[in-house]
Amino acid sequence: MIRLEDTSGGAVAAAIAAERHRMGSSATGMVLTLLILSDEESQADATAAAVSAARQHPMRIVTLIPRPGRHDTRLDADISVGGDDGPGEVAVLRLRGLLAEHANSVAVPLLLSDTPVVAYWPHSSPDVPADDPIGRHAQRRITDCASADDIDRELQARKAGYRPGDTDLAWTRLTPWRSVLASALDQPPGQIFRAYVSAEENNPSAILLSLWLGHNLRVPVEMATSAGPGITEVRLETDGGDITVSRADGINAVLSRPDTPDSRVALTRRDLAELMSEELRRLDPDEVYGEVIALVASP
Amino acid sequence: MSPHRADDAARNPLRHRLDQRLPRVAGPCGMVLFGVTGDLSRKKVMPAIYDLANRGLLPPGFGLVGFARRDWADQDFAQIVHDSVREHARTPFREETWKQLAEGIRFVAGDLGDPEAYQTLKGVVQELDENRGTGGNHAFYLSIPPGLFPVVLEHLRTSGLAEDRPEAWRRVVIEKPFGHDLASAQELNRIVGEVFSSGSVFRIDHYLGKETVQNLLALRFANTMFEALWNSHFVDNVQITMAEDIGIGGRAGYYDGIGAARDVIQNHLLQLLALTAMEEPLSFAPDDVRAEKEKVLRAVHLPRELGKHSSRGQYATGWQGGIPVKGYLEEEGISPDSNTETYAALRVDVDNRRWAGVPFYLRTGKRLGRRVTEVAVVFKRAPHLPFEKTAVQELSNNAFVFRIQPDEGITVRFGSKVPNTSSVQVRDVTMDFQYGESFVDSSPEAYERLILDVLLGDPPLFPRHEEVELGWEILDPVLDFWASHGKPDQYVSGGWGPHSSYDMIARDGRTWRRP
Repeated sequence: MIRLEDTSGGAVAAAIAAERHRMGSSATGMVLTLLILSDEESQADATAAAVSAARQHPMRIVTLIPRPGRHDTRLDADISVGGDDGPGEVAVLRLRGLLAEHANSVAVPLLLSDTPVVAYWPHSSPDVPADDPIGRHAQRRITDCASADDIDRELQARKAGYRPGDTDLAWTRLTPWRSVLASALDQPPGQIFRAYVSAEENNPSAILLSLWLGHNLRVPVEMATSAGPGITEVRLETDGGDITVSRADGINAVLSRPDTPDSRVALTRRDLAELMSEELRRLDPDEVYGEVIALVASP
Repeated sequence: MSPHRADDAARNPLRHRLDQRLPRVAGPCGMVLFGVTGDLSRKKVMPAIYDLANRGLLPPGFGLVGFARRDWADQDFAQIVHDSVREHARTPFREETWKQLAEGIRFVAGDLGDPEAYQTLKGVVQELDENRGTGGNHAFYLSIPPGLFPVVLEHLRTSGLAEDRPEAWRRVVIEKPFGHDLASAQELNRIVGEVFSSGSVFRIDHYLGKETVQNLLALRFANTMFEALWNSHFVDNVQITMAEDIGIGGRAGYYDGIGAARDVIQNHLLQLLALTAMEEPLSFAPDDVRAEKEKVLRAVHLPRELGKHSSRGQYATGWQGGIPVKGYLEEEGISPDSNTETYAALRVDVDNRRWAGVPFYLRTGKRLGRRVTEVAVVFKRAPHLPFEKTAVQELSNNAFVFRIQPDEGITVRFGSKVPNTSSVQVRDVTMDFQYGESFVDSSPEAYERLILDVLLGDPPLFPRHEEVELGWEILDPVLDFWASHGKPDQYVSGGWGPHSSYDMIARDGRTWRRP
């Protein structure tokens, strides 16, 4: 790792290039730039997850940590390139003093030319990510409702501030559930009357799942609180009997269908790195998420 | 590029055309595997099934039935699958995925020719339908020598196991070789066709997965900058190579009498030729792609003097990569006077406006310098070079290379000025793109894609029996010529083939590229 103190965005970019050159490899394989805007508390996990996702999506990771306050105004950088951590390039930047308000000026010289930019706010997100100075560079903007204290208010903010290209990790977490439910309905189930979703309290994914089910099945959805972890059961009431996916331990689920023996389904909760990998697989707007977030109830 | 079936979304309210996250998961189904002890089953098929399950692409309740002449119970077979998964799967081993899979594993002990065993199999398949919800949908994977196909297919038919019903499908997967000449390929096709309809037959050539085919098509037809050069005005010749560094290993029984041309040129290299040379298909729907491939294969013709434009050889005793190796004729199970070639090279021409006058050189062999499969499009020299003669001495033809394995990707070779020389000097440099560099997770093993296509019922992109037969129509005259003219030349193990292969291309004033 290289540490630069009291430096500039341009100097950080030059240091990364010099390090690449020294290692005898050029940065040609990089597919995107990921800008992470984080506080000190979340930055380490978010950066580590991105580094791990970089094994699948080689990228430049720029973690911007605003440190407002009365210290000197200056930029400090920790840089690591390639090596054992994976193929990516990582710059963790602390923006001290007045610079905390000008993260964008640091980010611009660090964007890789002609490749997509993704922005990620692991903790608190701007009201309209697409209008944020950092978010404006990005064609895909990732937020995480689950990190908020007030889930309902956060979901409403995401709805109000939604622009195509936004996505939320609370939605990403649902993919395996949605996949199992969709394949359970690949055999026409007959008429569906009602759906039930049980989850631990304050789970934004469960709310999004209910909205998605209600919207697509055109049935009322009831939510119940369980002990968790995460979502524990989805039940669809049909004229032939219930279709149920239940997962008590956060790992193994059981799928029950009328007239069919129960079957076991692996439905493991995924870590942040896996979520990031899924998130970076597609960089065009996630229109289904857009549809679902628009359905969030107003206060 | 497989068209998403429009009826999916209409039928299933949770499947949305725009949903970019939901994978296409196979519907309720199971697979019956014949030949469970073979290398391919253990190293490729079983791990691919696990990897599919691990990626969440198999239906809950998937059933896997092994069929072999072994005195095994279900658990013994499950252990074999477990071991093969542990050793060869590409995705990490997860206990929960394994448990999901293991619940659906069954074994039927019996002889391939014993009608009673098929009745037992029928019972097991029904039991899976009842207890696992496989819904009567089953694929039969014949990982057995082609000589046994007729027996198995006949029993599948008489036992009623192969019967398609309106609400349930039955499909069959067969591996190459698809015959050993035109007549036998037609015969094989007739036998398979009597039991399964052509849409239910999936042929796999493990060298060329759907992924590779689609990569090649995407590069050719999604870009602007290559297509303009893709014709006889700019291209001097095309060299298609599949080289292996290994010998025949334990496959003497299979290989002797078959040889390199039948094993590789007939299917693999001619498919690569078709994909490289074909016109733009109307769409990427399998029928449209196939139409263009067949068109270009029909335009392929052989040189009149086969002796001058083909070469064959057998690897000789020697050293390869620092290890002493046996020659082909010394291999166990090979007769010392065997005429089977382990190296084959051939020039063909494509008779159409785009390619007239551009030779396509096909070569394949065992015990060559290294393992590589590639298509090299070699361009003409610039008609005029405004440099001193000495300045361009180190410049050769520009080239565009599709690397298929290992490290799937592209290499472009062109000339560049050497920095800091007092006079201008131009030298060959290469630019490289690797799939693994930009998309690490997007290259599933060929078997994964194929098995998933079988279970989804996606029409096979590669290859249908018409293409198989066209391949034989091209190759049969060469095989006949070789059979009546001399013997294969001996070549040094670890090199790039017999002298005759160098002579053959030198006659045209060209040289082989070192892959």
